[in-house]
Amino acid sequence: MWEYTDKVFEHFKNPRNVGEVENPDGVGDVGSLACGDALHLTFKLDEEGKIEEAMFKTFGCASAIASSSALTEMIKGKSLEEAEKITNQDIADYLGGLPEEKMHCSVMGKEALDAAIAYYRGETPRKDPEDVVCKCFGISGQEIREVVALNGLKTVEQVTHYTKAGGGCSTCHPEIQEILREMAEQEEREKKALAAQSGRKLTNLQKIKLIEETMDREIRPSLKQDGGDIDLVDVEGDKVFVGFRGTCTSCPSSEFTLKGFVQEKLREFVSPEIEVKEMTP
Amino acid sequence: MTKTVYFDNNATTRVAPEVVEEMLPYFHDLYGNPSSMHFFGGQVNRKVEDAREKVAALLGAKPDEIIFTSCGTESDNASIMGTLDRYPEKRHFVTTRVEHPAVWNLCPYLRSKDYRITELSVDRNGQLDLEELKSVIGDDTALVSIMYANNETGVIFPVDAIGEIVKARGIPFHTDAVQAVGKIPLDMSRQPIDMLSLSGHKLHAPKGIGVLYLRRGTKFSPLMKGGHQEKGRRGGTENVPYILGLGKAAELAMANMEEENTRVVALRDRMEKGLVESIPSTIVNGEGMSRLPNTSSVCFECVEGESILMMLDEIGVCASSGSACTSGSLEPSHVLRAMGVPFTAAHGSIRLSLSVYNKDEEVDHLLKHMPSIIENLRDISPFWKDFKEGKLPAAFAG
Repeated sequence: MWEYTDKVFEHFKNPRNVGEVENPDGVGDVGSLACGDALHLTFKLDEEGKIEEAMFKTFGCASAIASSSALTEMIKGKSLEEAEKITNQDIADYLGGLPEEKMHCSVMGKEALDAAIAYYRGETPRKDPEDVVCKCFGISGQEIREVVALNGLKTVEQVTHYTKAGGGCSTCHPEIQEILREMAEQEEREKKALAAQSGRKLTNLQKIKLIEETMDREIRPSLKQDGGDIDLVDVEGDKVFVGFRGTCTSCPSSEFTLKGFVQEKLREFVSPEIEVKEMTP
Repeated sequence: MTKTVYFDNNATTRVAPEVVEEMLPYFHDLYGNPSSMHFFGGQVNRKVEDAREKVAALLGAKPDEIIFTSCGTESDNASIMGTLDRYPEKRHFVTTRVEHPAVWNLCPYLRSKDYRITELSVDRNGQLDLEELKSVIGDDTALVSIMYANNETGVIFPVDAIGEIVKARGIPFHTDAVQAVGKIPLDMSRQPIDMLSLSGHKLHAPKGIGVLYLRRGTKFSPLMKGGHQEKGRRGGTENVPYILGLGKAAELAMANMEEENTRVVALRDRMEKGLVESIPSTIVNGEGMSRLPNTSSVCFECVEGESILMMLDEIGVCASSGSACTSGSLEPSHVLRAMGVPFTAAHGSIRLSLSVYNKDEEVDHLLKHMPSIIENLRDISPFWKDFKEGKLPAAFAG
């Protein structure tokens, strides 16, 4: 049995705004019977361009119905500019969370909203038939990239839970894996470029300040949980000298903590060139 | 809290009170090891042999053809792996597209070990084409494994005809009879079956006990290598209380066989008739076929199975579904898809499986609430209106 929140149950049993708006301004259809879930969203705008009425019809499981119901409640009273900022995570949050395997229900809500807004604006749907990665569920590479970036997904399984892509015959798994690898590499490059850039600009004084800030925010809280602590002793160029305190001094894995944790954090937030050395008292 | 109405007996069954009573002394008082040389263990050994005789009687088998295992899955694995091991030069394995995962999920593994696998297809009624079976088996075929009755639809395969075809070619035949045993009469002394799997918890014994029937003279190498237990065919100290529980359950199943095939089947038929008459666009899968007396697989067009189950939960009814959403996979039941049930219906399938413990008023309770549950869900469904008016694009028909 799925672990649904009370709010999911409540919206499933008493769905809000079921039906179709008469003479709608926006119409969004996503999913299909073959996929096992589908959402038909309609809305009407008032004189100020805000969503006055929003209604849905959904074929699907309890979380699909609850996500659709939540979506209509969330967009009512919003301008289209406000509504389009809603993410699938916002829909899941509104319901107090969804099981990961059911996150695709929130994504379906987001896609129906995007489709309905595009319909109102007279834009053609963005899906490029050449770009379809998952043929079973008709999911494009563009859709996968957007959901991966927004939700910080790392594995093919997660992509399946969020978009359904790869949930059928599984022949597209290598392609999804390739998208994930490309995106992770891209992210890594951007992070490095950012760190290198900020590293170059730092004066010595700024660097020391940034190291202290990073230690306070990223490093000390974890060490303190285990009864340890760390002091900054000196900085020479990219060499950072630190001293362990408390339980860290006698900890057999302090060498790992130094290189694997302290140095990694400082490289991430200060400069990728940093070399951490321990000063024993 | 609403009273529980348990219509999920193909998933598992209530342990019969008589079975529990039979088992209890063997936890606290008679805890000896049946292999021991002292009287304390020996008396337990005699009880284990009694239980073996009871299970043999239910199957029309000889007691030494009964091997106790831990579950149906172990029995399936032991038969298949234990046979293939004895015919290393034969590289072809034949089964069906509608097997339980205990058999079906062995196929990718066997493929990786360079076996050639044939999965026989089924028609819209869930039936096999025996001509197809005849055409695929050959000198290279090491084993044919075909289930006795399907767990989702209850459709019974013509295992006698299958066994005759297979054995005429000198090929061993295994059947996963987990859903059939205790529900319909079986007789190994007449039936052309070499190996058969059963699971205790489907016939009111506890979970954690199963049986592999192994016909005398069948080539077999044990999956569980270890001690001399079960005549060296399954190592591991006997699970005494559970074995005795299964013995008792087998005895009860024989006593209840007539009721299962008269009262229970009538109850099931009344339930199906009631659902079809009160709810439009309702399909009974495998209707008119030879089916298990207790099983009903029903599809409601344009609604999704998990939603139905959760609504049933509200009224205390336990059932299961072949829909994608309930399983965590994204595709509907492989059994219904193999039968060519259209997508419009396959996602909206539920399975109701009864037992001798079910009563008339429980079926009344279901029939009272089900029409409004389906109607409410269809009101929410974007496809229902078009479907009703015959306007749904043909592409949806699967």
